[in-house]
Amino acid sequence: MTVHREVLTGKHLMQGDVACAEGAIAAGCRFFAGYPITPATEIAERMARRMIEVDGMFVQMEDELASMAAIIGASWAGAKAMTATSGPGFSLMQENIGLAVMTETPCVVVNIMRGAPSTGQPTEGAQQDVMQSKWGSHGDYEIIALAPASVQEMFDLTIECFNFAETYRAPTFLLADGFTGHLWERVVIPPPEEIKTVERKKPVVPPDKYLPFKPDEDLVPPMACFGEGYSVHVTGLTHDELGYPKTTDPKIQRELVNRLCQKIRKNSDRIIRTYEFMLEDAEVAVVAYGIPSRSSLSAVKMARKAGIKAGLLRLITVWPFPEKKVEELSNNVKAIVVPEMNCGQVVREVERVAKETPVHFLSKIGGEPHSPSEIFEVIRRAAKT
Amino acid sequence: MEIRIGGFGGQGIIRTGLILATASCVYGDKNAIQTASYGPESRGGRCRSEVIISDEDIDFPKVEHPDILVAMSEEAYLQYVDDLKENGILIVDPDLVPNQRENLEVRMYEVPATKIAEGLGKKIVANVVMIGAFAAITNLLGVEDLKESIRRNVPKAFMKLNLTAFEKGYEYGKSLLKS
Repeated sequence: MTVHREVLTGKHLMQGDVACAEGAIAAGCRFFAGYPITPATEIAERMARRMIEVDGMFVQMEDELASMAAIIGASWAGAKAMTATSGPGFSLMQENIGLAVMTETPCVVVNIMRGAPSTGQPTEGAQQDVMQSKWGSHGDYEIIALAPASVQEMFDLTIECFNFAETYRAPTFLLADGFTGHLWERVVIPPPEEIKTVERKKPVVPPDKYLPFKPDEDLVPPMACFGEGYSVHVTGLTHDELGYPKTTDPKIQRELVNRLCQKIRKNSDRIIRTYEFMLEDAEVAVVAYGIPSRSSLSAVKMARKAGIKAGLLRLITVWPFPEKKVEELSNNVKAIVVPEMNCGQVVREVERVAKETPVHFLSKIGGEPHSPSEIFEVIRRAAKT
Repeated sequence: MEIRIGGFGGQGIIRTGLILATASCVYGDKNAIQTASYGPESRGGRCRSEVIISDEDIDFPKVEHPDILVAMSEEAYLQYVDDLKENGILIVDPDLVPNQRENLEVRMYEVPATKIAEGLGKKIVANVVMIGAFAAITNLLGVEDLKESIRRNVPKAFMKLNLTAFEKGYEYGKSLLKS
């Protein structure tokens, strides 16, 4: 009989999407609901095969609205749950993403971004959903979104997404470009004991003392799941600490929505991950994420060879936006270069915090990532100004 | 080392890239990356697989000017031959690329992979014949690493056929080097 392992420890040549599925399983995900869509289909395929091997559940849903609803339900039943999609499906999920935010439901949503608007370019990668990740559902909220730039990170950051979702009781996004999702590269999967996983906090008080939406000092309330003996009322309406709708009391709306934002904002130092390359003496800094950050790394090396003091700040966490980091950087460099596979999204955030420092934006849409020489040219021009 | 393999959907072009990449980075000790580009149709459409093999970390994962081009369709040949580096290696299946250009500054090898595969009874292993020839011509990857990689990448029922296809291609490649 074959022994099915939960963690495929060892060295593999793996596709980004598959590494994401394996990262989810290693993080403890045991419920996947989704609707296949290029370029995220391979995640669903892998989960369909693997969930049954690890005593989990895979459901192919009728659409993405239902997929999002299903993972919210699974999470409240105590499972670590995930869905995966691309732009068109991500749009359909927005309403229930808001429900996950409001009900503080830990869950992971993977978006393997393809060319858009609408059904756009199914087989071509893009980074056009970054602002939608932040603002796609109605209302004010903060979100956590991580942007992998390698197949190894598709594995590692999916685990990180689950850990953040469980820690902060919030839907958490893995925001990958289609290029990285379909890339095949070496992945080293560590032994299970070396993988750090986080479980949601449980109430420590007896059921009659439990207030399901009363936060601890870290602004996150302990979560009792269905079947654990606690009474919990879950609603998308503005609710008090007991979980009951209180929709006309301004104080309750104020406190709740501010807390939903603050639990992410106040912990942003713990959430933000960046990678720095040769920034110590840099005069021109490239700020990039996802696959263009790899073209940027090559471009920075080309610039250094040409005698230009260039460096790279790679955003691993895109939301919450690493504004302190970028602001500090803008004080130390002459210019910032931002390459993105869209018409200008994260560059707006960079401009907002960089203030006086000139920001050069390099847009590339169509499917191909920037070539290193394209970015190098902009670095060269920026260095002259 | 940058490699591009071009053909049409159904020939195992992407699988070929994966076999080379697996041999390099799972069984060998090099880094490797495979990317593919194809249209929405699963068979017959244009198909391209690119592999980068390096002792160092691979920053930019795309191939711009390959060191080696394997052309398994005329369309791929015409589209990519000018991207090849000067004095690069060009491996062509002559039966699939009847109209070839002249006076190219490349090292050219003709491997009738499809014909050899037909001789083995299954046209579908032409890509593995090509991998065998590739191994002999380029000497880039370990023969045992490639065989391990083939074992991992093909269905069990066809393992023997694929390993034979590899051997046949390897022999053919060696014979080209001698001549």
